[in-house]
Amino acid sequence: MTQFQLWSRSTEDTLMIGERLGHMAEAGDLFALDGDLGAGKTHFSKGLAKGLGVQAMVNSPTFTILKVYNGRLPFYHIDAYRLDEDGEEDLGLLEYMEGEGVTVVEWASILRTQLPKNRIDITLKHVDDHVRKLDVYSNHDRYEPVFKELTKR
Amino acid sequence: MSNPRILAIETSCDETAAAIVEGGKTLLSNVVASQIEIHKRFGGVVPEVASRHHVENMTAVIEETMSSAHVTYEDLDAIAVTEGPGLVGALLVGVNTAKALAYAHQRPLLPVHHIAGHIHAADLIADIKYPAMALVVSGGHTSLIYMPERGEYEVIGETRDDAVGEAYDKVARTLKLPYPGGPEIDRLAANGEVTIDFPRAWLEADSYDFSFSGLKSSVLNYIHNANQRKEEVIQENVAASFQASVVDVLVERAQRAVSAYQAQQLIVTGGVAANHALREAMGKTFPNDGDVELVIPPLSLCTDNAAMIGAAAQVVWEKDVRAGYDLNGQPGLAIK
Repeated sequence: MTQFQLWSRSTEDTLMIGERLGHMAEAGDLFALDGDLGAGKTHFSKGLAKGLGVQAMVNSPTFTILKVYNGRLPFYHIDAYRLDEDGEEDLGLLEYMEGEGVTVVEWASILRTQLPKNRIDITLKHVDDHVRKLDVYSNHDRYEPVFKELTKR
Repeated sequence: MSNPRILAIETSCDETAAAIVEGGKTLLSNVVASQIEIHKRFGGVVPEVASRHHVENMTAVIEETMSSAHVTYEDLDAIAVTEGPGLVGALLVGVNTAKALAYAHQRPLLPVHHIAGHIHAADLIADIKYPAMALVVSGGHTSLIYMPERGEYEVIGETRDDAVGEAYDKVARTLKLPYPGGPEIDRLAANGEVTIDFPRAWLEADSYDFSFSGLKSSVLNYIHNANQRKEEVIQENVAASFQASVVDVLVERAQRAVSAYQAQQLIVTGGVAANHALREAMGKTFPNDGDVELVIPPLSLCTDNAAMIGAAAQVVWEKDVRAGYDLNGQPGLAIK
C-alpha cells in the first residue's frame, strides 16, 4: 500500500487528475472515493470517464445508485450516498466491481465492508472554496508513476 | 381501437402506483402508495427498502385501482408498465407484476419510459400542441425535451452533474432540514429574502444543459465559512437565495429553448414542478395571453404516479409497440 498526496486547485484540475487515471485504467480497476458534499467526487468521476473515452454525459448517479457507460472499457459509476450503512442489501454491485469494466464508487466508505481489497482509495478534502487535497492509498504498481508525477505538480 | 382502457403500473423509485386510463385522456382511477415516511428515517431512498415495500404494496394498490374504477380484467385492453429509468430492484417489481397480469389475462404488454410518462401527464389536463417543449425536473432528472410531433422525443439539454431535485435534497441536508428537502426549502424561501448572490451556471451560450454542482458547492461554502466566522446563518435567506439561482436558470433555459424551437407549448413536469417559486416565475414568463401556452400538471400528476404512465402508454399503443414476456427493468433507459 502506497500513499500519495495530490492537490487540486480547481474543478478543471480535479477533472484532469481523473482523466489521467482514466487513460491508464484497465478492466477490474476500482476507485473508491470519499469526501464531503461538493468536494469533487463527481467531477473526478467525469474526468475518469473522459480518460476512458466515454462520450455520453456522465452526471451524478445519486438517484439511481448505478449508471453504466461505454468507453474503451465499460464504466460503472456507483453512488452509495443513499444506501444504508448497516443494510444487508444485495444490489449486485460487487458483480460490477469485479467485472469487465472500470468502477468508481462515490461515498465508498458506506460500502467499505463489501468492497474488494484490491482498489485505489481517494479521499477528497475541502481546503478552501477552490482547493482540494486528495489523499490516495493505492496498491496498484501501474498507477505509481502517474501518482508520483501528479504529486510533484 | 382508439380508446383502449389501460392498466398502468409505476415502481421506478419511491412510489408504488397503479392507474387506469382510457384513451390516454380519461382517468378512471389513480392510486399511489408512498414510501416517503419510511425514507424519512434514512434520509433518502434505500433501494432494498424500496423494492421490499413495492412488493408489499403492489397487490393492494392494484386491487384498489381496479375496484375504484369499477372494472374487471375483462374490461381492460392492455397492461402498461414503467420499463426505466429508475432503481433496478424497484423497476423489476412493476415489470414482473405487469408481465404476470398480461400473461394471466392475455392482454398486450406496453413498455413505457418514465420520462415520457412525466411529459404525457399533460395529456390528462390539456391537449398537447406540437411542436412542444418539456422541462422535466425531479430528484433524478433535469432535462429539456423537444417533441416535434406526438411520440417523438429529442433530449436537447440535460444536467451535467446533479439533478435539480438532488441539489435541493443535498442543500436541505446541509441546512439540517428533513427529507425530502425540496418542499422544506420552498417553504423556508417563502419567508426569506434573496440576500446572497449565489452563482448561476449559464454554461456555453448555445447550450441547453444544466449544472447545479457549482451552486451546491457555493451554498456549502457559504454555510461553512459563516460557521467558521461564527456568523449567524439565516436559513430562510439561504433557501431563498439558492432557490432564486435555480429558478433563474430553469426559466432562462426554457424560454430560450421554446423560442429557438418555436414550440407552441411548454410543459413543466416532474416532482420539482410542485415548487411554488418555479411555478410563479414560469407563469410570469409565459403569461396566459402570450404566444406560448404553459402547461403544468397538478401536483398529484407531477410527482411519480401511474396515471402519467397510462397516458404515455396510449402513445406506445398507437405506435403499435408491444413488449414480450422477456421485458426487463432498464435502469439507464434512454428516451427516444
